[in-house]
Formats: sequence, C-alpha cells, structure tokens
Amino acid sequence: MKILVCVSKTPDTTSKIAFTDGNAKFDEAGVQWIINPYDEWYSLVRAIELKEKDPSVEIHLITVGGADAEPIIRKALALGGDAAFRINADSSDSYYIAAQIAEKAKQESYDIIFTGKETIDYNGSSIGGMLAELTNLPFVSLATKFELTGSTASITREIEGGEEVAEVILPVVVSCQKGVAEQRIPNMRGIMAARTKPLNVKEPNNLDALTTIVSFELPPAKAGVKLVDADNVNELVRLLHEEAKVI
Amino acid sequence: MSVLIFIDHSDGHVKKSSFEVLTYGAQLAAQLGTQAEGLVLGTVNDDLTSLGKYGVSTIHQVANEQLNNIDTQVFAQVITDAANASGAQVVVFSHNQTGKAVAARVAAKLKAGIVTGACALPDTSNGFVVRKTVFSGKAFANISINSPIKVISLNPNSFTTITGEGTATVTPLNITVPAAKIKIIATNKVSGEVPLTEADIVVSGGRGLKGPENWGIILDLAKELGAATACSRPVGDAHWRPHHEHVGQTGVQVAPNLYIAVGISGAIQHLAGVNRSKVMVVINKDPEAPFFKAADYGIVGDAFEVLPKLTAAIKQMKTNN
Repeated sequence: MKILVCVSKTPDTTSKIAFTDGNAKFDEAGVQWIINPYDEWYSLVRAIELKEKDPSVEIHLITVGGADAEPIIRKALALGGDAAFRINADSSDSYYIAAQIAEKAKQESYDIIFTGKETIDYNGSSIGGMLAELTNLPFVSLATKFELTGSTASITREIEGGEEVAEVILPVVVSCQKGVAEQRIPNMRGIMAARTKPLNVKEPNNLDALTTIVSFELPPAKAGVKLVDADNVNELVRLLHEEAKVI
Repeated sequence: MSVLIFIDHSDGHVKKSSFEVLTYGAQLAAQLGTQAEGLVLGTVNDDLTSLGKYGVSTIHQVANEQLNNIDTQVFAQVITDAANASGAQVVVFSHNQTGKAVAARVAAKLKAGIVTGACALPDTSNGFVVRKTVFSGKAFANISINSPIKVISLNPNSFTTITGEGTATVTPLNITVPAAKIKIIATNKVSGEVPLTEADIVVSGGRGLKGPENWGIILDLAKELGAATACSRPVGDAHWRPHHEHVGQTGVQVAPNLYIAVGISGAIQHLAGVNRSKVMVVINKDPEAPFFKAADYGIVGDAFEVLPKLTAAIKQMKTNN
C-alpha cells in the first residue's frame, strides 16, 4: 500500500503577521517555519500509524516549494515518511499547486492521499478537493477519524450540523483535521534516519496560475477593551444590548 | 450569463449561510449586470420560491434524493453541468462544511480560479479582485482571479443578509446524477443543541474554570442566551469537554456575533480560531490576560461570582423587554 502525504511549509502559529513591499508580500523576517499543523499532526501521523500496523505501507511526502522548504520536509521524514518529493516552485495558487501534485500522484497510483484540512497561512482548504478532481478520485473532507479494513476506509467527517461516517473503497483523497491522530515529536533515531532518506527535487510542469495575490492588509486596530466592574454586570448587559446590539 | 449560487441545506431546511450567499450572489450579479440564479441539489421541505426575496429570479433544482448526501465527485459533476447550462461566470458557495468539501473540486473541474473564505464583494473596477481572510483571521489578502469562470466561497457570518420583495421560479434541472462511490453508513446530527459553527452566540470556557464539574455556570449562561458552548484547547485535551468543542487555530474556527470567553487567557492560537467574531467579551480574574487586548468588553473578576450574576442579569433584561 502506498500513501501520499501532502505537506506545506507555514509560519509558526505564534508568528507576527506583517507585510513588506508595499503590503504585497508576507514579511518573513524572524519567522520560524513549521510543517502546517494539519498536515503534520493529523495526516502524517495517521499515515505513520497505518504503517506501524502494516510495515509494507510506503509513505511518500510531497511539497510544492523552494529549497527553503527542505528543513520541514526533513522533519516530516524524521517523523516517519519513507521518501520525499519537492516540486521546485513557489506559488500561492491552489490550482497550480494541486495540478503539480496531481502529476506525481498519477504516476504513482497511491491508495490514500492525505492533506490537511487547510494551511494556516492562506486558509485555502482547496488542495484536497482539487487533487481528487484532477486524479478522478473520491474525496472526503474534514475527516476527524480514519479507519482502514482491507481496502475499505471508514471515515468520520464533519458536515453541516454534525458528523457522518462515510465508507469508501480505496483509492481516496482525505483532508484531515483534529481527531484523526495526535501530534508526535520526532525521536533521535528518526532524525538520524531522515538524513539519508531520499528527497527528490523535480522541476514543475509549465502551468498557469489562475489566481494571484494583489495585496495584503492587516485588520484595523481594535478600539480597545471597555472594562466593566465585576459588581456591575448589568452595565455589561446594557452595553451588549444597546451599544453592540448582539443580545 | 449568470452568477450561480449554490444553496446548501441540511435536514430538509435551507440554512442561514445560504441566505448570506444568496444576498452576496444577487449583489454580485447586479454589479456585473447579469442574473443571479440559485442551485439546489437534493430535496428540501422549505418553500424555495420564497428565496426570491434575497434577489434571485430563478432556482434550479435537481430533486434527486441521492443528492441529500454529499459525494464530492457526484456534486462536482452535477454543479459543473448546471454551471455550464446556466452560462455561469461566477459560482458562489458558502465556506461552510459543504463548501469546503465541494467548491474547490468544482473549481478544478471548471478550471476556474477560486477564492475561499471571501469576506467582501469583489472589486471589479480593474479585473476581479476578491478580499479574503488569511493567517487564520489575522490579516486579509486581496486576490485577483484571472480565469474566465470564477468560484468564490463566502465566510459564514461575514455578509449581512438583505431581504426585499420577490418570488423565485423553481425549475427542475434534468441532469444525470452519476452513481456515488461514497456510502454514508451513519449520520450524527447535533440535535437539541446549537451547532457551534452556526451559532450567533458562543460561550466558551478555559482552564480558569478549574475542572469539568464547574461547567454548570457556562451551560446556564449559554442556555439563557441560546448560545453554543465551546472550550479552549487545554480543556479539550484534558477531556473536561468533548473535543469537538475546542475552538482555536487547530480546532474549530468560529465567527459568531458574540463570543464570551470565560477563564481563557487568550493565547494567540486560541484567538486565531475566534478573531472573526463580531464582538468579544472576556471574563478573567487576571487583568494581564492577553485576551483583554483582543476583546471589545471585559470584566476583571472571578468567573464563579460573575457568571451567575451575568446569567441572572440577562434573564432580567429579557423579562423587561
């Protein structure tokens, strides 16, 4: 069985969000880069758990990004991937990224393709669905649980107003979120092994991006908190009712 | 030519997020000088003609019960066929669970550029530029869609619903529905409670409540307000509350009209899940809690004393009105 885990490099969750070049670019100064948490904690760890149950499982990692994405791929390999692929392109367009990954996916015929439910930088939630369309596979989004029996996956997913359990015969594309697995820390053995695992770099296919980022903006500064005395909750109720008009 | 609006439904009813996209789609159509048309897949109990009050003239319906369950492959095929049939230039979804499942797949099928999590009407003065939230609500990006067909999914609770006069014509759409590859074997809808992502008001508790046995004061306040309940990550991780209540960067992201945080310090990861709320209230005994910097209203005080008083005061206000 072969599993593809899509990983993306994102700024750490505590990063200061600022922009440069006349608000056209994310300011990378002082930013710590991490594996997108949804890709790492949930999809990658679940893939590793499946491999622990069945050692014949082969896990491939793929990212679309520049050479600066390599440290996070090495970390993903240290957690447990077998081989990694980096498509050497920098793009913010989800169709461009999905199409690059789809090319690789078509060559390898994976049984399971895992993505995170979204990246924490662009919040697109698009790669999984697009990848499924471009490879003509079923897609189950927002998974909170992924179980495998033979070649049938039983996937719990979040839907409008609740959750449901979907059953599908592999191959399948799944976008993962909290619940699918628990975060792990790479151990020393994994970190040593990751140094010699293959990290293949491939040039991108020539494709047009369908979207481009024009500019970024920070939200207007908050007016500041209005403090109400703890003995005067009636005043808070009045403010919420008359001023904010939310109750 | 048209703006095609995907109308989502659940349990036979059209949801609030759909009223928002209908308003958005109708305004966008007016801006582009074209028609707004709705699309319903599956069967609903509601009167669809009444959705005309949001500004749509025609609603296409593929009233096939198979479509009451979502298989994204089937949905993408049917929605693409419908988009082609109505000559859609723009297809609009809500960025809710259904939109997250389906919109990107439809975009790939149409080879349309997509902006998900949009929060305003596009600027069409020079191209087609859509504003969306990025960095988990900590910033906005203006994205230009460069393809002839465009797909937008709108953040729930970010666009005000406007109603007018009007009745829509509902026309059955004859589209072959392909067989589903996904089988739904169990559905578990949250009944009796307000689903967290749809709630207008959310009352959320953190470690400051000291233990699951103290949640009564949160539940009482939520009940009085008709609110959903939520919690911070440490509370979910400690199993004081069910996992699905965890809001934050890696949990559920919410955007209610009112978010009340009780005993939550306001770590940046927590704020990333709630900062699209219209109004935030924080109740915390630590005046240095970072949440006070993000909130609109605050009380520095002991939750165990403040909350019962607040619940009583709200009850009193409701009686007076």
